[in-house]
Amino acid sequence: MKALGIIFSNIHDNTLPELVRKRTVASIPFGGRYRLIDFTLSNMVNSGIDTVGVITKRNYQSLMDHVGSGKDWDLARKNGGLIMLPPFGVVGDIDSLYSSRLEALKSITNFISRADEEYVVMTDCNIVFRMSFDEVIEEHIKNNADITLVYTKHKKENRPETSATVLTVDEDNKVNGIKYEEELNEDGNLFMNVYVMKRSLLQSIILDSISHNKRHFTTDILASAIGNMRIYGYEHKGYYAAISSLQAYYEHSLELLDEKNRHDIFGDRSIFTKIRDSAPTKYGATAVVKNSLIADGCVIEGEVENSILFRGVKIARGTKVKNCVLMQDTVTGENVSLNCIITDKNVVIRDRRILSGSENHPFYIGKGSMI
Amino acid sequence: MIRKKQCVAMLLAGGQGSRLYALTNNIAKPAVSFGGKYRIIDFPLSNCVNSGIDTVGVLTQYQPLILNDYIGNGQPWDLDRSFGGVHILSPYQAKTSSDWYKGTANAIYQNIHFIKQFNPDYVLILSGDHIYKMDYSKMLRHHIHKKADCTIAAIEVDLKDASRFGILNVKEDGEIYEFEEKPAKPKSTLASMGIYIFSAEKLYKYLEEDSQNPNSSNDFGKDVLPKMLESGEKMYSYTFSGYWRDVGTIQSLYDANMDLLGDNPIFDVSDSNWVIQSRSPLSPPQYLSPESKVNNSIVLSGCEIFGTVENSVFSSNVIVKKGAVVKDSIIMSDCVIEEGAVIENTILDENVSVGKKAKIGGKKEIAVVGRKVTIGDKVSIKGGAMIDKDLLKEVK
Repeated sequence: MKALGIIFSNIHDNTLPELVRKRTVASIPFGGRYRLIDFTLSNMVNSGIDTVGVITKRNYQSLMDHVGSGKDWDLARKNGGLIMLPPFGVVGDIDSLYSSRLEALKSITNFISRADEEYVVMTDCNIVFRMSFDEVIEEHIKNNADITLVYTKHKKENRPETSATVLTVDEDNKVNGIKYEEELNEDGNLFMNVYVMKRSLLQSIILDSISHNKRHFTTDILASAIGNMRIYGYEHKGYYAAISSLQAYYEHSLELLDEKNRHDIFGDRSIFTKIRDSAPTKYGATAVVKNSLIADGCVIEGEVENSILFRGVKIARGTKVKNCVLMQDTVTGENVSLNCIITDKNVVIRDRRILSGSENHPFYIGKGSMI
Repeated sequence: MIRKKQCVAMLLAGGQGSRLYALTNNIAKPAVSFGGKYRIIDFPLSNCVNSGIDTVGVLTQYQPLILNDYIGNGQPWDLDRSFGGVHILSPYQAKTSSDWYKGTANAIYQNIHFIKQFNPDYVLILSGDHIYKMDYSKMLRHHIHKKADCTIAAIEVDLKDASRFGILNVKEDGEIYEFEEKPAKPKSTLASMGIYIFSAEKLYKYLEEDSQNPNSSNDFGKDVLPKMLESGEKMYSYTFSGYWRDVGTIQSLYDANMDLLGDNPIFDVSDSNWVIQSRSPLSPPQYLSPESKVNNSIVLSGCEIFGTVENSVFSSNVIVKKGAVVKDSIIMSDCVIEEGAVIENTILDENVSVGKKAKIGGKKEIAVVGRKVTIGDKVSIKGGAMIDKDLLKEVK
């Protein structure tokens, strides 16, 4: 079953103002060497999808730089492959860019109609998960469904999910209700914003929404389609993390220190990312590292505990790093103490600085800062 | 305008490396892992790219599968070019003859048409078994400045080691007047590094002559260079003073890996001005558990360390379980070291698994375990042992 991939790279920008100041949600660094788009893009490639359109809106230089021609995902192809879809302005109305998923789709009708794949898989970039979409399509065909929505079971004890779309399903997984919750803090089927449908159906939905001026996929299309269309759910049972706030980013990052989560997401080493030529990581004679995830190219001479270190991070002698997420090329001086800190790329922390956030409110240091 | 390259590099990568025993049973010496992330061939290849040479012929012969696969289209070194780039040159069958490469000179001679299609002014000959960082463009400038026909890169060695090398006897300005291949009583300590730059026309001429000579062993050091000197060609030495190691033996390979360790390592691969490029593994970041202890070591992505690691070099995806201890060792990719195992002074090739409470290596001699060998629980292997898969089969 051939499917076309569509990825929305900006949809959740407003939830993460700090991290997206100079980038898209898609290009937020995560897990030591990845960017958020790597997860959904790798899932697509591993599901046999070889034409993927990435819809962008603004600040997408970092995303273009990251994905490049797509060769690191094996998506630099003669036919299809990775296709960046920058915003498409209408003559005379150049300043108004799309503001919803449906409007974004309206601007790429050419891309959708030119494809020859029978199905479409649409995903966002704010989620960390590993799943095979071909199984979803198989289930979709078996159910004779019009639209299949992928959800995950949200438990009361999990961290509350903000701006959540919740599905109610019957025993056959047929969706019989969709509601929107500001904050989901009870058991529920959390919609992951992963859609599967026939390409022809998506085309007619877009045409219909243009003529009837519909704007929102969930409220205007899905909610009203229950009863008229066969909408099914598909439960994703593996690891799932939505990066919906800075706090969520921090907590989900440190979740990777748990062996079960780490193996679920990276176990078969099928998440691809841009290759950077870093030297191997070097541990000095004075290094003490406990329960941490460390990328290549680091030089560690101090102490690191419960932390995630991205590529090229340098921890000097006498420095103590605890419960931190330090992004690419963060450099600390000697005798620094960091606790519950997120540093963005290229941050320099000078000798003897003592910085601390708290577990439920990590302290964020912006890209390129010197402290 | 005719497209041409100023300089084409030819990299001799056919060496069997028989003194590396189990490590080169299935792969060519240039493909042997080094420094966790690299293979030996990454060094001359990266040197070429960093020196502005973008056309490289790699001559393979012995067990080329892994090497060919590794080099691929050359993309990791930015050598996937439409004119130039990296090309694998294996022995082939011609209309009138089909030969393996008989010697270094013969290997180049058989691929002379490859060189000629780029119409170069100079040809750089390299070998694929040394670890070093060198700017070949400086050597080329030296060659052009001296109006030489051939320039040989040379390095000062200890007098006691000199008889293992080709020794150059030079005048004050570096002009070579005598060339001795592995002399019993060396007159100088200036050793050839096996790196030559030839003016292209001279190379073509002497290779042609050499191929006509039935008594020749078709080797640069033994035949072609002495012949050129005899005929009065202008030959100069170019002295190189940086780090350069032949890693042809287990001990020298081990020592060179250990040179990467320490706060101020003897050999630094993390220099951002001279990046050593390689085909990077696709692995998640490394994980060090709460009970792990890692000191003075190099570790690569995909590793999961629950035990103790000291003074060691690790490649990707190595797992060291609880209570296991690895000391003064080189562990290549995808090895698994079970609980309580102790490894010391050892080289483990790729995909080795070591059972619980097994003990490998001793204080003095280096033990080597070949690829895909499984060492059972509580098995003890002495220092200096060479274990490989074929050998195990025979014993059974």
